[in-house]
Amino acid sequence: MKATDTKDPEYFHKVVDCQYACPAHTPVPEYIRLIAAGRYTDAYMVNWESNVFPGILGRTCDRPCEPACRRGRIEDEAVAICRLKRVAADNKDDVKHLLPTVPVEGNGKRVALIGAGPASLTVARDLAPLGYQIDLYDDQPVGGGFMRSQIPAFRLPPEVLNEEVDFILNMGIRQHFQTYISSLKSILQQGYNAVFIGTGAPRGSDLDIPGREACDKSIHVGIDWLASVAFDHVSKIGKRVLVLGGGNTAMDCCRTARRVGGEDVKVVVRSEFARMKASAWEIEDAAGEDIPIINNHVPKEFVHEDGVLKGMRFTVVDVVYDAEGNRELVPTGEEVFFEADDVIIAIGQDNAFPWIERNLGIEFGKWDMPVVDKTTFQSTLKKVFLGGDAAFGPENIITAVAHGHQAAISIDLFLKGERVENRLAPGVTLVSQKMGVHEWSYDSEVSNDDRYPVPHVSKEKALRDRKLEVELGFDIEVAYQEAERCLNCDVQTVFTTSKCIECDACVDICPTDCINFINNDAEPALRQALRRPAKREDQDLYVSTALPQTKRVMVKDEDVCLHCGLCAERCPTGAWDMQRFFYSVTKAGSSCKQSSPSMTSS
Amino acid sequence: MTFVKPAFRHPDAPINELGRSRQDYEGGLSTLCAGCGHDSVSAAIIDACFELNIEPHKVAKLSGIGCSSKTPAYFLSGSHSFNSVHGRMPSVATGANLANRDLIYIGISGDGDTASIGLGQFAHVVRRNLNMTYIVENNGCYGLTKGQDSATMDTGSPNKKGDINMYSPIDLARLAIEIGATFVGRSFSGDKQQLIPLIKAAISHRGFALLDVVSPCVTFNNHTESTKSYEHMRSANTDMPVDFVPMRQEITATYDSGATCEVCMHDGSVVRLYKQDNDYDIEDRQSALEATSHYAKEGKILTGLLYIQRDSEELHDVLDTARRPLNSMNELQLCPGPRFLDSINAGLR
Repeated sequence: MKATDTKDPEYFHKVVDCQYACPAHTPVPEYIRLIAAGRYTDAYMVNWESNVFPGILGRTCDRPCEPACRRGRIEDEAVAICRLKRVAADNKDDVKHLLPTVPVEGNGKRVALIGAGPASLTVARDLAPLGYQIDLYDDQPVGGGFMRSQIPAFRLPPEVLNEEVDFILNMGIRQHFQTYISSLKSILQQGYNAVFIGTGAPRGSDLDIPGREACDKSIHVGIDWLASVAFDHVSKIGKRVLVLGGGNTAMDCCRTARRVGGEDVKVVVRSEFARMKASAWEIEDAAGEDIPIINNHVPKEFVHEDGVLKGMRFTVVDVVYDAEGNRELVPTGEEVFFEADDVIIAIGQDNAFPWIERNLGIEFGKWDMPVVDKTTFQSTLKKVFLGGDAAFGPENIITAVAHGHQAAISIDLFLKGERVENRLAPGVTLVSQKMGVHEWSYDSEVSNDDRYPVPHVSKEKALRDRKLEVELGFDIEVAYQEAERCLNCDVQTVFTTSKCIECDACVDICPTDCINFINNDAEPALRQALRRPAKREDQDLYVSTALPQTKRVMVKDEDVCLHCGLCAERCPTGAWDMQRFFYSVTKAGSSCKQSSPSMTSS
Repeated sequence: MTFVKPAFRHPDAPINELGRSRQDYEGGLSTLCAGCGHDSVSAAIIDACFELNIEPHKVAKLSGIGCSSKTPAYFLSGSHSFNSVHGRMPSVATGANLANRDLIYIGISGDGDTASIGLGQFAHVVRRNLNMTYIVENNGCYGLTKGQDSATMDTGSPNKKGDINMYSPIDLARLAIEIGATFVGRSFSGDKQQLIPLIKAAISHRGFALLDVVSPCVTFNNHTESTKSYEHMRSANTDMPVDFVPMRQEITATYDSGATCEVCMHDGSVVRLYKQDNDYDIEDRQSALEATSHYAKEGKILTGLLYIQRDSEELHDVLDTARRPLNSMNELQLCPGPRFLDSINAGLR
């Protein structure tokens, strides 16, 4: 195997599993350490810099970081990364003076943002401080997009949302709310230098089965219904409610229904439980509010008497997989009827671009979606960029933020007359954490604690008030304990071959048997030959060059390294060192002109 | 500073036949200098006991004084342990072994503890063939008192300051072969592939087993010119690889060289050796002495199983002692009373 090139920033980046998995590459261990140190404002700003909405995401993020967390590979549960983020937001001081300032004199360029959701707001956040004039359009009366209309207040209090949306709107953004854009052409005609489309995936899927039209007034499309509740257009629902669908929208619908009059609320899902798209914790919270989830039931018809909904009939199915793993729902012959006063359909959502004229030069591809470059977010009409759910279909807030950052870079480059493909490498530092013979500047001791649960308000209280936030968040003491569970994967084990005397001290001390000194071989053979065979292919092997004394190589399986620093503590020559790796995605307007990745180290 | 080793281990870490993990054989976190060879020897003992499926409480670990003698704190924390007086570990081991022959005795000593202050005790425990494994962690210096030359330091080898050792070294392995040891091995802390099977064979040997393990002192005796440094060992080590095959395990490996031999231990397990040359007979004292001196003359250090005598009489056999440990006998058996004393005295008249 070739020796690992640790000068490539992506090598150590990948070791920080959480940050690597985060679409916006938030430096997770960095902010968790700041939380443990009680520096909530700093922790908040590290987040804000990277993901723009720490308070919102600390409550609502899809958390791609948590399944990736190394802790989940050495014990049962990941660090509660998401809820720690909320701790930073809950306990921060006033941060207004820390936010970027907007120049009094603009640069004379005008950018229109269509849709006021997370993607557009991120673009605004990145471009306004550079002097761009930003015009933000949305058909709702306030900003936030789906973060406001789709996420119920009991999960995301409006104050939290307003604060973080306002941080951006207050950057001199020209706001055009309650303005539905029915024509992109009309926007282009206003002479904007660039246009960003962040209109999400606004069309909820419907269900075309018998009875649908006859009982229209008792059948609701999930995302529209949630928006109606959010904007106080709807405040009640029947006692018996069926929610169709197995995603997070279905979970929000059923829990909202329980709060506006639903007493007997059921979720009915076509597929099996294991294939449900909803996050495990959202399913758990729904179950905690006495909402049964009924799987393997395919909707057959809406049953009504003279247009008054009585309930729904379902076909019960078995889930069968063929040899290729293709799924088939095979009817068992059994049919089931559930009584219902209202039905909420939450079976998916789609993009819709009826407002984009097809003769503007924007090419449309599969599923009638505009063709968008995956790196630059540019459409085939050079001045139009797309991001968030509007670009590639429904994802989540953190993905929209990541898109927004990248689109902002593209818009900035485009309007400076530079090539949008010419993007800057990430900023990377690697600094030794050694403080003394046996002292590190990070808490190297590994906490053995299990994951701490987030306390909730009582069910009785929660169900009485639609706007009462269910999760209470960690208090500071528990937050500290939970933060200590973080393994500090960004403090890297850095090996210097020339210093190694092959004494085996690191091999002997390593709690998880990660380190090996063996004869080099091809990667598959090497993976097998390690003390603990390296089975997880997505986790890299760290391979040194040939060692001075025996010409063997050091091979470290990154998989379950605890980053405890014991290898470096027991190393007599400093061949191992613990070095903090900081990786930051370059933002719009960064001035340094490097084309190749770089790394500063000490 | 980290005072505690994290509790987490590799999720695929194996379990032995007793249902124990390697973690059950670990000890406290070492306070020896970083990079000390002794820590590698401790790790090898842990591996050997784990792989031999030994119950930790069936082991007694004994030591004298010195860096080496601290190490029983760093392995088998579930075992019996006795940190004795300087150079007197053999006496304590003899007493303990006579009282309870059912335990496995592992003595840990250093070159100072064995070749200087303890040389007398060492010689006698060897010739008595006490059933124990005696490991010397040999670094050629007194690390605990800042690195003075020890009695195993080679003539002409300089200390850290550059002063040359003028005295003749004691070769513990050769000494032990001379005075009747029944199992003598030499190894290097940096070669676990050889050291672990050697420890397993030594534990399985019935009688006195000496392992002279070169274990560099990284602080005082690891300079390039030293003959006990990692670097020197790596260039001068002439190793004879060792395999240990437990009794119930099938022998599967194949061998290309004619210079291999297999030795069946009394418990049915097999030690396989890859010898440096065909003429070397490891069951012949003279042959072993010749081989070691031959390599020593060339500036090489021959490591591996140097000598073994199978089916020897260990101390209990010679003394014809009771078959059971004393702690399993009742008061009447232990103190049968004046009538028996009288008959013994009468027999001596």
